Amino acid sequence: MSGSPSPDALVVGAGIVGAACAWELARAGVRVSVLEAGLPGGGATAAGMGHVVVLDDNEPEFRLAKLSHELWSALAPELPAGAEFTRPGTLWVAADGEELDAAARRAAAYDSRGVAAELLDARQLAEAEPELRDGLAGGLLVRDDAVVYPPCVVPWLLDGARRAGAQVDAGRRVAAIEGRAVRCADGGRREAAWVVLATGAWAPELVPGLPVRRRKGHLVVTDRYPGFVRHQLVELGYLKSAHGTGSESVAFNVQPRPSGQLLVGSSRQLGVDDDAIDHRLLSRMLRRALEYLPGLARRHALRAWTGFRAATPDGQPLIGPWPGHDGLLLATGHEGLGITTAFGTAWLVADMVLGRPSPLPREPYLPARLAGSAP
Amino acid sequence: MSAIATVDCDVLVVGAGPAGLAAAGAAARAGAGVVVLDDNAGPGGQIWRGAGAGVAAPDARAAAPWLDALEHPRVQPLAGARLFAQPAPGLALAETPAGPLAVRHVRAVLCPGARELFLPFPGWTLPGVAGAGGLSALVKSGTPVAGQRVVVAGSGPLLFAVARELKRHGARVLLIAEQAPRGRVARFAAGLWRWPAKLADALAHRAALAGVPYRTGSWPVEALGGEALAAVRVSDGRRVREIPCDRLACGFGLVPNAEPARLFGCAIAAGGAVATGARQETSVPGVFAAGEAAGIAGLEAALAEGAIAGLAAAGAGEIPAGPRRARERARAFGAAIARAFALRDDLRALARPETVVCRCEDVTRGALADQPGWRAAKLHTRCGMGPCQGRVCGPAAEFLFGWGAESVRPPAFPVRLESLAAAGEVPPGGTEGP
Ligand SMILES: Cc1cc2nc3c(=O)[nH]c(=O)nc-3n(C[C@H](O)[C@H](O)[C@H](O)COP(=O)(O)OP(=O)(O)OC[C@H]3O[C@@H](n4cnc5c(N)ncnc54)[C@H](O)[C@@H]3O)c2cc1C
Ligand SMILES: Cc1cc2nc3c(=O)[nH]c(=O)nc-3n(C[C@H](O)[C@H](O)[C@H](O)COP(=O)(O)OP(=O)(O)OC[C@H]3O[C@@H](n4cnc5c(N)ncnc54)[C@H](O)[C@@H]3O)c2cc1C
Repeated sequence: MSGSPSPDALVVGAGIVGAACAWELARAGVRVSVLEAGLPGGGATAAGMGHVVVLDDNEPEFRLAKLSHELWSALAPELPAGAEFTRPGTLWVAADGEELDAAARRAAAYDSRGVAAELLDARQLAEAEPELRDGLAGGLLVRDDAVVYPPCVVPWLLDGARRAGAQVDAGRRVAAIEGRAVRCADGGRREAAWVVLATGAWAPELVPGLPVRRRKGHLVVTDRYPGFVRHQLVELGYLKSAHGTGSESVAFNVQPRPSGQLLVGSSRQLGVDDDAIDHRLLSRMLRRALEYLPGLARRHALRAWTGFRAATPDGQPLIGPWPGHDGLLLATGHEGLGITTAFGTAWLVADMVLGRPSPLPREPYLPARLAGSAP
Repeated sequence: MSAIATVDCDVLVVGAGPAGLAAAGAAARAGAGVVVLDDNAGPGGQIWRGAGAGVAAPDARAAAPWLDALEHPRVQPLAGARLFAQPAPGLALAETPAGPLAVRHVRAVLCPGARELFLPFPGWTLPGVAGAGGLSALVKSGTPVAGQRVVVAGSGPLLFAVARELKRHGARVLLIAEQAPRGRVARFAAGLWRWPAKLADALAHRAALAGVPYRTGSWPVEALGGEALAAVRVSDGRRVREIPCDRLACGFGLVPNAEPARLFGCAIAAGGAVATGARQETSVPGVFAAGEAAGIAGLEAALAEGAIAGLAAAGAGEIPAGPRRARERARAFGAAIARAFALRDDLRALARPETVVCRCEDVTRGALADQPGWRAAKLHTRCGMGPCQGRVCGPAAEFLFGWGAESVRPPAFPVRLESLAAAGEVPPGGTEGP
């Protein structure tokens, strides 16, 4: 044996982010142990829509989403059938002239940065999506945006990590992080050079004071209506809802699943900790969807559920060290974009563990930017 | 803001089967204003459905006095109305053909009955294979079976009722295959004298089914056929017999419909029934449960429990001894049935790896075998995620793998999006505690 031993890492939490980190680290030769309290992929990852979307509200968001989208695309041929990776594209719907102007600006910006996007006028929009109501102004079509079924991606990533030597412990809750070690709820203790905290919206439970808040969301799934919509349909106002800081908002966001089912979203709510359906907000959310797709009214909803996004004060994820905690790397705070950005996040985490340079600037995501800010 | 139809009442009764009818009648006579919801076109529940509509149901005479409850001036029956959400205490949402309906109530009595347990075996999805009670309901509503060869298989006294119904409509019942061993069935029959009404039923069934072979310790292992059912293979543990037939009616006992109670937040007891106390109260104040949803014990138990729950929900003080005694006797019968017709382990081995367990989503036993539990199975295989929401495959998977059921989220049944949207737009009404 020569040289220093390969680094090792404990990944806490096996949602899509923790699973991607474990997979990336294990394949890079790091000895990885994953500790997951419940069912891998059973947290926010099971509640999300699985829209792999290159959001472009600001530069750091765009860079991480674009890198991640490329990683998803590269992986697509290997994914299991259950991952249901498809590319319906995103159709951002403009309700009026003002929104259409904004769409035109975004089309130009996407185009200049190598993302295929085209502007649709009212007629083209109606042709692309006949179920949309009359009187809409047009749309912005981002062709390569994808859709996945994340709960089936997580076990696949963990299997890959296992094949590269990782150990996966499902059903083991971490009770505390103690320097370069964790103490489990069952009393066991594990040490490692690095602790990667990927417990999503639950991250502050293990690192008190972390500026992460739970942002609750509702989703509804319908029976099968193949062809009812063809693209992921999102109102242009969605970014306002997603990035706004108000305590409550809804936006029209509908996704066709390969099964023919539709996922109907979305809602955002701060300061609510219980996961029960909030009928008042659910109604607002559905009314918004019915405004755009009146024909949905008589279609059948099978089920509704909620999930918690991990929201940060500035809307960027927390990827990297947390001041005052040696050996701790955060991988949380992905709000409504963590399915998309899981692979970019994992890449950055692996770079940090291995001391490699990264393909994009890390600063916007470094948690230190928020040290001292209240959660 | 409430754009949707709204009704107010003291007592909401969910289900117009025997338990719900008894509850509605008792509550109304005690002075309460009652709304009765049932998702079928007519009242009567599983046994008396059709009895009110002039259909020549054999039980019409027994049903009549109970159906009278719906004529009481303080009772408002709403047919074709299915409870799907409880947005707030005292507020229930139902879907009706005319659109969503809000029922504001002070107390609720949940009587949604039970459904059949259907176990997967190779070929069970072939056309021609059906649930025993389901087929009997179809026949009652006009599906022709005259001259057809039918095998009835599964477990419990329900098989007789179904066979009899089929025979009455001209079917040739070739065999009733009961999985329970002969000894247990014989002991059960020998104890029937304790429930004279049940003994009379049994004798009547026996007379009506004269000439139909009844074989204990026998169960279906495979349904054969290409496009449709051609034959069934029945095993007695030693030998397998192949019986050509046109239909196979299967039922392996009943499972409580606990969804409405889960929606209301009521605790569920071991075995899947709604947990209830002496006054049929659930763990949620002001919410009562009665009938098969609160434990599988048959018609008499449903009637007695319904009457008790109706009185309690109407605020009556003492519960009379009559219904309390009837309930105890009937429950003893339910316990005797559960003992006699407990399912044998052989049935867990019938489904092969390629046998479909979840029909909506086409999930096989093989795909489920590696899953650690129901939630993982749902997430990773989509089992139970289709339109039936696990109502068929859930209990089957519970039997096969020992998984516990999951919590119920609104909508408890598939509903139109506009109905779900309406659920958050009605101001809650009655808020009084018990
Ligand atoms: C309604 C909704 C819709 C969404 N739609 C999209 C979308 O379309 N596209 C998109 O990109 N993103 C979407 N998101 C966001 C996305 O789902 C999340 O960003 C992503 O799933 C976060 O993954 P995660 O691994 O960080 O968290 P999680 O999936 O929540 O994983 C955290 C894991 O940590 C475990 N854990 C917690 N505490 C402990 C402990 N003490 N010890 C051990 N383990 C622990 C949990 O059990 C859990 O499995 C949506 C989110 C919601 C709520
Ligand atoms: C398929 C089947 C067939 C049966 N056949 C016979 C038989 O032939 N002979 C016999 O003696 N016993 C039979 N039984 C047993 C019989 O059900 C009980 O003995 C007795 O009828 C139970 O009465 P109940 O009121 O508890 O339930 P049920 O009679 O089942 O009545 C419950 C009612 O509630 C309705 N309901 C359920 N959920 C909702 C909702 N969310 N919203 C609105 N309404 C709802 C149901 O549609 C039903 O009409 C059968 C049971 C089943 C499941």
